[in-house]
Amino acid sequence: MGSPRSSSGSPPGALEVRGLSVGYGPVRALRGVTLDVPAGSVVAVLGGNGAGKSTLLRAVSRTLRHHGGAVAEGSVSYDGRDLHGTSAARVVAAGLVQVPEGRQVFARMTVADNLRAGALGASGGRAAAKRAQARVHDLFPVLADRAHQRAGLLSGGEQQMLALGRALMSDPRLLLLDEPSLGLAPLMAARIAETVRRINADGTSVLLVEQNAALALRLATTAYVLDVGEVALHGPAAELAASDEVRRRYLGVVDETAAEDADRAEAGAPTLSRWTV
Amino acid sequence: MTTFVELLLGGLSMGAVYALIALGFVVIFKATEVVNFAHASLLLAGGYLTAVLHDDLGFWGALAVGIAGAAVVGAAVEFLVMRRYRGSDHSVLAIVTIGVDILLVTELTRRIGTRVLSPGDPWGDKVATFGPISLAHTRIAALLAAALLITAFLLAFRYTSWGVAMRAAAENPQTAALMGVRLGRVSLSAWAVAGALAAVAALFLTVFPTPGLERATSLAAMKAFPAAILGGLDSTTGALAGGLIVGVVESLATGYQGDLSFLGRGIGDLAPYLVMVAVLLIRPAGLFGTKETARV
Repeated sequence: MGSPRSSSGSPPGALEVRGLSVGYGPVRALRGVTLDVPAGSVVAVLGGNGAGKSTLLRAVSRTLRHHGGAVAEGSVSYDGRDLHGTSAARVVAAGLVQVPEGRQVFARMTVADNLRAGALGASGGRAAAKRAQARVHDLFPVLADRAHQRAGLLSGGEQQMLALGRALMSDPRLLLLDEPSLGLAPLMAARIAETVRRINADGTSVLLVEQNAALALRLATTAYVLDVGEVALHGPAAELAASDEVRRRYLGVVDETAAEDADRAEAGAPTLSRWTV
Repeated sequence: MTTFVELLLGGLSMGAVYALIALGFVVIFKATEVVNFAHASLLLAGGYLTAVLHDDLGFWGALAVGIAGAAVVGAAVEFLVMRRYRGSDHSVLAIVTIGVDILLVTELTRRIGTRVLSPGDPWGDKVATFGPISLAHTRIAALLAAALLITAFLLAFRYTSWGVAMRAAAENPQTAALMGVRLGRVSLSAWAVAGALAAVAALFLTVFPTPGLERATSLAAMKAFPAAILGGLDSTTGALAGGLIVGVVESLATGYQGDLSFLGRGIGDLAPYLVMVAVLLIRPAGLFGTKETARV
């Protein structure tokens, strides 16, 4: 398992979600969700379409109102500070950055300008942005090669790298990733997963929302399963990966072959995850 | 030939002024996706401040106050009015700007009355001659000032953090917010910049050979609409090109009015709109406007 090295010098900063309910107008998207992201960890949130995964991230990044949603009750706090009433910009400055679903790179801007946009909310100033850029170019050399190309011309995988790199520009302490493997070829998804592991090893915690349960469970230490807005299951990722319900519903594994496939999944060659079907 | 060159230079100079107005129009549209029909009233406000204050403050002081004043009016419109409607449909917002325009223009025309206010500029009616070509000082000043401002603006738009924030917010506001861009500030600064540019344009719309600032000045500002639209509403390059095209076409059509008499009188005023319609027939998004294409 890709367990993070959270023991040595883990940065302060844990995300705590307590009894969170969110509605879009009369529609309830989340009901009493409680979730923890300890400092330095990778936590996965699984669930199908409409389970409320993206809503959860929006509630943390304080961008619900751009989508017509609002927190009905419950709290989100980071580093012991309640995020209620803070602006999205403050959340970024506090070190929480969300990578939106579907990458959402600024297609008409150059790759370099996309990265600059990522540093806009950072509190570190010019020198910090320069350091962050060096790190991003080190993680994704292709972004340095294509610095002056329009982002819209990059391939899907490169765009996902750009979206990740852009988020890293503000040197976040907690990354909120919304479906990073969506629409990517298996090889590219595996590369992104490897990068997430590296980012985490550098000390950034990750809250990972994924439909690709096999990939998410390999990355995470803890996982939560959301079902129609509620936490249906949660526990150590390894345990969830072995649980029958998760295997049936999210890994697409039939019971008889379960044990066999679990071994294969462990070996890093998931044969029955969503994108290979 | 001499006439042609004179008309061309005069047209470029007016076109540069239209480009200033169109640029503000485009900036607001890019930052907020709102078509700002109140733009002419921002212009009138800036021009009015310059015209009434130049006796007390001197021309440059009055101009500075006019520019700052128009920027403040623009920012105030955003902060006091537009912000209350955030999240509403863009067409609703556009109609709100019409309301704001009516309010501001009514008040300003009441104050101006039937007077024609001189902007108090230092150029007066002096004319420079280059060989056979003569050109008013005001037109040269307009060309230089507009070129300078447009260059400064485009450089800022391209290279500063403000520009990056502006472009990011224009392209995808939700994602820009995730990067920590404060959308309210972006929109506020867009309105302020648009106001400031409009105030400079107001000055050059009211200097020689026009008699001065009068009620009809806001109508002259309307020529920036076809400029912005034919260039492409969401393109700064388009605003520039559109402004110059409108200025030159207007100047030539007016200058050669005698030869175009079969079209009736006043073709110069109409020409910008004719060009706009012709351009839109061929390129519905304008010369440099982005078509709605996206890779998904």
